[in-house]
Amino acid sequence: MNRPSLSWKLYIVAFYLFLFTPLLVVAIFAFNASPFPSPPWRGFTLEWFTGSGAVVGKPGVLVDPIWLESIGNSFKVAIPVALLAVLLGTVNAWVLERAEFRGKTFVVMMMLWPLVIPGVVLGISILAFFSRVTNGLEDWLQTDLDSLRPGLPLVVLGQLSFILTIATLIIAARLRKFDRSLEEAAFDLGATRARVLRTVTLPFLKPALIGAGLVALLMSFENFNTTLMLVGSEAPLPIAMYGQMREGASPAINAVSLLLMLGVGGIASVFALNSKAER
Amino acid sequence: MIAKQASRLTLFLLLAPAILWLGLLIVLPHVEILVLSFSERVAPRVYAFGFGNYLEFFTEPLYWRTFARTAFMSILVTALTLVLAFPIALYIARVAQGRLKAMLLLLCLLPFWVSELVRTLGWMILLRETGMISYALRSIGLAGQPVELLYNDGAVILGLIYGGLLFMIVPLANALESLEPAVVEAGYDLGGSRWTVLRRIVIPHAMPGIVAGCIIVFMLTVGNFATPVLLGGKNGLWFTEQIYAQFITRFNWPQGAAFGMLLLLLSSAIVWLGLRLTGQSLGTTLKQA
Repeated sequence: MNRPSLSWKLYIVAFYLFLFTPLLVVAIFAFNASPFPSPPWRGFTLEWFTGSGAVVGKPGVLVDPIWLESIGNSFKVAIPVALLAVLLGTVNAWVLERAEFRGKTFVVMMMLWPLVIPGVVLGISILAFFSRVTNGLEDWLQTDLDSLRPGLPLVVLGQLSFILTIATLIIAARLRKFDRSLEEAAFDLGATRARVLRTVTLPFLKPALIGAGLVALLMSFENFNTTLMLVGSEAPLPIAMYGQMREGASPAINAVSLLLMLGVGGIASVFALNSKAER
Repeated sequence: MIAKQASRLTLFLLLAPAILWLGLLIVLPHVEILVLSFSERVAPRVYAFGFGNYLEFFTEPLYWRTFARTAFMSILVTALTLVLAFPIALYIARVAQGRLKAMLLLLCLLPFWVSELVRTLGWMILLRETGMISYALRSIGLAGQPVELLYNDGAVILGLIYGGLLFMIVPLANALESLEPAVVEAGYDLGGSRWTVLRRIVIPHAMPGIVAGCIIVFMLTVGNFATPVLLGGKNGLWFTEQIYAQFITRFNWPQGAAFGMLLLLLSSAIVWLGLRLTGQSLGTTLKQA
């Protein structure tokens, strides 16, 4: 088995071509000077990124307020999701690794559960539940509570519902490797609980905290299924892209996609460097 | 006594975020759609308990056919993904060494960090009537006129397999990694052919990875929305689309909630069945992934 046959090697090569062709095609047609992202090649242009719209009919994505707004909306969701996921995930990791109590197995099972629920179902259940809660609260308080209606805050909650599981698992895996005698040594030397946490435990967890934050950021940025059900009038990037893709093709979508690939590539390489530091 | 109370308080504080999260974002919302799915509209703005939404599902052919189609195609996609991913995982785990191994795995990961929509856009540009493949076929003279490769089941299956590959390769490669080379050698020494060794030694050893990969791919496929809608167009007919239509387009929440429960039931049932048939447990399976 250690001497792979030629056909096996050819299959590997073909597989990686298959894997990268769609992405390559998306990137290439972001630079085509044609109103449609399809062949033939009509020359190289940057109009789809920075153009004013005079040449290709539509402004480039870096100056088009529609695209800029949706990128902004994605950040408005992703940053709170990442911060909350790291903060609450750390507390959850403590429950998983340090706490002993009756019914712990049940809590652990419950924490894993969001991973096996389809995203669309998570979306509709949160939509329906928060709609009932909001209606109840509005009747009771006699005010309007728009922030719990479909919109970015609800998208944050919807994405958090399953991203929190992933953040918890990443941080718990690191906490498991922690040598507790280090903490005990610090206590013996007279440090307070808060100081031990700040100077011993958290620095050890740092790579996992950064890693969990980056994963949460990426997952939030590209989440589609749950977001689709909870979104109001302000569309994050994947929703805006979906809308445009249904309406018809324009190389502007390719340009946005390329920017997204570069951004994701950047975050992924920070992540790779970070996990190297962890080892 | 005070120390005990203090540790109780600490435990409570530690558990509070988990309880709030699981209670408010998972358990109560699911109770809500379960209750909603059993409510029928008897008069404008008046709802009563009843099985009407589920009856509607069984009596309207479009609904249950879409459901059956989604289930069947997801199983097909999962099986095809397994067959396509196995040689890759085997190569990464058993043949490739050092740098090459890390490279191959990283190259697998990269496309999946990019949004599902970007990947789907790539397939649309390749497959559509004015797309790359159609253009290439015409320029080498294999086709006289533009060929439409989009908006059919083949395109949907292709897109779904593409989206599932990574989630199959990683658990498979993890499981194959731990196979002792000596065991494989022994199989050959005892006169086993390549095929016998694969069937009797390698595949049984990889079983936990196979189950984990299949479960993840099946769940992702059955719950997918964008790929069938964009690559299948009107012929996509995916069950998640029905849920969306009931909830957002037609504003019939009880019906949509019933569909949501059915989808949840389908994905849980297949996961459970897969675990039962292969004698694996959910804990070890999740660890594998």
